Amino acid sequence: MKRLTCPMNGVRDISEFQYLGPVRRTRPDDADAVTRHLFYIENPVGPMIEWWRHRPSNTVFLAERHTGTDEIFRTWLPDGSEQQND
Amino acid sequence: MPFALLRYGLASKHRPFRDLPPTPDLKRSYDVVIIGGGGHGLAAAYYLSNHHGIRSIAVLEKGYLAGGNTARNTTTIRSNYLTQPSIRFYKEAVSLYETMSSDLGFNVMFSQRGQLTLAHSEATMRSFHLRAAMGKHLGTRIEVVDPQTVRELCPHLNMDIGGQHEVLGGLWHADGGTARHDAVAWGYAKRAAEKGVEIHQRTTVTAIRTAGDKVTEVVTDRGTIRAGQVMQAAGGLNGQMAELAGFPLPIRCMTLQAMVSQPLKPFLDTLVSSANLHTYLVQSSRGEIVIGGASDPYQLASTRSTFDQKEHLAEGALHLFPFLHNVRLLRQWAGIVDTTPDYSPIMGASPLQNYWLDAGWGTYGFKATPVSGKYMAQTIATGRVPDMIAPFALDRFDRFALLNEMGATAASH
Repeated sequence: MKRLTCPMNGVRDISEFQYLGPVRRTRPDDADAVTRHLFYIENPVGPMIEWWRHRPSNTVFLAERHTGTDEIFRTWLPDGSEQQND
Repeated sequence: MPFALLRYGLASKHRPFRDLPPTPDLKRSYDVVIIGGGGHGLAAAYYLSNHHGIRSIAVLEKGYLAGGNTARNTTTIRSNYLTQPSIRFYKEAVSLYETMSSDLGFNVMFSQRGQLTLAHSEATMRSFHLRAAMGKHLGTRIEVVDPQTVRELCPHLNMDIGGQHEVLGGLWHADGGTARHDAVAWGYAKRAAEKGVEIHQRTTVTAIRTAGDKVTEVVTDRGTIRAGQVMQAAGGLNGQMAELAGFPLPIRCMTLQAMVSQPLKPFLDTLVSSANLHTYLVQSSRGEIVIGGASDPYQLASTRSTFDQKEHLAEGALHLFPFLHNVRLLRQWAGIVDTTPDYSPIMGASPLQNYWLDAGWGTYGFKATPVSGKYMAQTIATGRVPDMIAPFALDRFDRFALLNEMGATAASH
């Protein structure tokens, strides 16, 4: 089983988590970029910063993950405290 | 013919023949360059060379012929979609598969055995009524059937009466079928190569040079080519290929996983699919049970399988056919699917004048191989996008004219 380190609860099975998608560079309130924001989601092959949620504790946090190798580099809470995933 | 075959079979000195010529050196320029030597690229090359008289064509393939998603899909052919443009399009795909073996003179082992999709909830039954009504309206063979008919169509199925996944009914699509994926690609490749199409395997596109709004050159690791028209059919990494050409596509990479069991005696003569369990099964002509359906629930551009999804597939398959519990798996794999926001493909024009898109095929590309090839070839040969594929244009996202097909498959969306 693949595991992910929740900044609040430590290492947990990935099935406990919900993927909330990449951190977006565009903003929904920018009228010129609205289609871009809705339909053109970040899709790099490489490291990407994204939102995740630990379902049982409803902890929303950030993770940096490589989309080509599926390696998770680090996870942290939006307010800053960081956990290394190992 | 039978005597010739007998003579050939009994002859001591066979003269071996190749279906495909070896990869030649790259020329300086071609009328049409096709990026991607999978089913879609090869079908377009076939139609361009055999139906439109365009012979100066290079098909560029990074790996080996049809080794990407053409080799990784689960070969379901069907037209039971939700929207009018999709049903019309896939209906023609099915009819092209019906005559493909004789059209190509190449046996693609098309088996039109029908597809049975199962409903385990009232909500799914309602969506079946919608799909059946749309399909009937557009002249495909599709109907909602009751549990008794499901049992008759597929006697081995666990109906789970009173259980969590009780079968409440089904969507029976008699037009559905399956074909041999390698044969489809090889058939198109062989007939295209006979007309002079060059197939360049192990040739990676590294850059695309443009001048104004036109593509001028395609740079590869084996040399640089000038191109009159370019078609992109790069499968899972279509988004990245478009970025080389300088524009983004509304595509996210996901992975889709599948596996096959050891060969069993024939027992399953329909395609069986369950949207609730995100699982579908088909028995191949070799007797293997092909099990597919689940994609990893986050963005991934990798062809490595994950244990979680394989376990999930096995769980779904065992629920539908519990007697498979002792069967061993022979092979398993994953493929990168280029998913669009509305789960419909992107075909036709790009922001560049002579650069044509055949992208965003997500989990439904194989069935469209002949029809996309036919209409992409027509687009490139005439410079005009035919009505059949106009609704799938890239600019539909700017016009908010989406074609939502999210509910039209058992692959987990």
